[in-house]
Amino acid sequence: MSAAEEVVAEGHEAVEAVPKRAMTLGTGTSVVVLLLLIAVPLFAKNFVIFQLTQLLYLGLAVLALNILTGGSGQFSLGQSAFYAIGAYVTAVMMEQFNVPYFLCLPVSAVLCFGAGFLFGQPALRLSGVYLALATFALATAMPQLLKLNFLEHWTGGVQGLVVTKPDAPFGLKMSQDMWLYYFTLVVVLAIYILSVNLLRSRSGRAFMAIRDNEIAASAMGINVALYKTLAFGVSAAITGVAGGLSAIAVQFVAPDSFTITLAIQLFLGMVVGGVGWLPGSIVGAAFIIFVPNIAEGISKGLSGAVFGVLLFLVIYLVPHGARQVVVQSEAWIAKIKQK
Amino acid sequence: MELFTNQVLAGIATGAIYACMALAVVMIYQAIDHLNFAQGEMAMFSTFISWQLMQWGVPYWGAFIITLAFSFVAGIAIERILFKPLAKAPVLTNVAGFIALFAIINSSAGLIWDFTIKQYPTPFGSAPFLGSQLISTHQAGMIGVTVLLLLGLYFFFQYTRIGLAMRAAASVPESARLVGINTSWMIALGWGMATAIGAIAGMLIAPVVFLEPNMMGGVLIYGFAAAVLGGLTSPFGAVVGGFLVGIFENLAGTYIPGVGNELKLPIALALIISVLVVKPAGLFGRHIVKRV
Repeated sequence: MSAAEEVVAEGHEAVEAVPKRAMTLGTGTSVVVLLLLIAVPLFAKNFVIFQLTQLLYLGLAVLALNILTGGSGQFSLGQSAFYAIGAYVTAVMMEQFNVPYFLCLPVSAVLCFGAGFLFGQPALRLSGVYLALATFALATAMPQLLKLNFLEHWTGGVQGLVVTKPDAPFGLKMSQDMWLYYFTLVVVLAIYILSVNLLRSRSGRAFMAIRDNEIAASAMGINVALYKTLAFGVSAAITGVAGGLSAIAVQFVAPDSFTITLAIQLFLGMVVGGVGWLPGSIVGAAFIIFVPNIAEGISKGLSGAVFGVLLFLVIYLVPHGARQVVVQSEAWIAKIKQK
Repeated sequence: MELFTNQVLAGIATGAIYACMALAVVMIYQAIDHLNFAQGEMAMFSTFISWQLMQWGVPYWGAFIITLAFSFVAGIAIERILFKPLAKAPVLTNVAGFIALFAIINSSAGLIWDFTIKQYPTPFGSAPFLGSQLISTHQAGMIGVTVLLLLGLYFFFQYTRIGLAMRAAASVPESARLVGINTSWMIALGWGMATAIGAIAGMLIAPVVFLEPNMMGGVLIYGFAAAVLGGLTSPFGAVVGGFLVGIFENLAGTYIPGVGNELKLPIALALIISVLVVKPAGLFGRHIVKRV
């Protein structure tokens, strides 16, 4: 290929630059949100608590995608695959090998980290749409792989696996749902704090340098290949934990719960929450859990269309997602304080 | 050997479907720099419009022309109303917009025409083509139309002023604006053309896969794969990519043991990715050089 044929593109970065301080909430707001998360289940019914648990682990999966896309600028439609691996590892260990549930999650994380890190290797040469296609392939392949015959002994094939819901330990007088909620909350909080610290660390800065300009980043001595695959690994590990939590909460895993639809939902969650803004993940998760229900409530036959219209409304009003709402309201509060 | 030739022929026949779709995908990618996830649904909707016209007694070619005109205008309208306001929004927000459009079109088509499978006529007949059992005259006609479309697009982009203006608007918008090209309308025009090409693809595919709101799901995935394999900057590459994907898919299903219908797609995609790892811009795509 001759040089004259080459096209020069400039200025258009796939993911906008979010400064690392803008990626989190202030201390005051964090404490209020945390207190709310602790208090709400005490006044809610079991089904609502289950939905809140769902909100937490889906939020965790969105957060994982956010680290990958918002942090290191790599796009993935394959998150559902890592989610599936995490869910299956946890389910198989709990049911076939009787391992206690809290020990399954770290194993899910480690295995998914490995899977993500390995998948990151061929993905290194791809970016943008090409990377989207590669990850998409992973997402479409995963349900089929889980159905394979020689794995059926562990995975239960098309039928899937039923998982036993754990009881509250130490004789606590707490319903299973409520115990699971607090367990999930602790895991999610721990990972959230780790993620925030990761993005503030040397590695986090390397991710963001790569996101903002890969060539400049490598000129500054950042090992681009290492950090890109690392981002994939970390994201996959967190997604795996989210998958494991979902297996425990839903009490069931089957290949067809982890299709490309899940990956697309996680992607929408990220956009609605604000790309690169970690606390937005929970807002995004709320969107993907509750808005389809609202749409169904408005019109049964046209629920898809109503969902689409609602999604359009959100991205018109706040193209940068929940982050934009927070940034704007902070600016207003500052203005009011000045007066 | 006969099995091999037969499978390749069958692959070319299905490849023609993917080539059609890939061409529409590349068109819109050229104009707006994004992959439009709703493209397949737009094509499906256009096909339903033509079907409805034929139900009302319009002859095939009349319905064909009206549908093309409708799709062209609808494509422009969608861009003007829905996506122009998002022009300054981040890329990923635009992608979310495509997903929203997908949901809206799919669900409305389901409500208007319901989800039952419908027969769709072919203008070429379905007799065996040149005595071969594997390619029907319809599939041969489809390949013919795809090649004609490709030639037409080549001449349009290479030899007309408006084609040149569209290329300029897509590759360097700022400079194009400075020489007096209305880049915003060029994007709308790109949407219109892509929607019309999608409509042609839809009407050609419908006799093979039957008409229903979800008919495009699988086709669009292969269409994307074909477009990416051929290189997103090259309409010619898209068509070649389409045929290659069709052949890959058939050969993988025949020769790799244990590959049923279920695993065909992942294997085809895995092959495409291995090609991309060697040639990251696709087979015929131009390498994009980034300025720091």
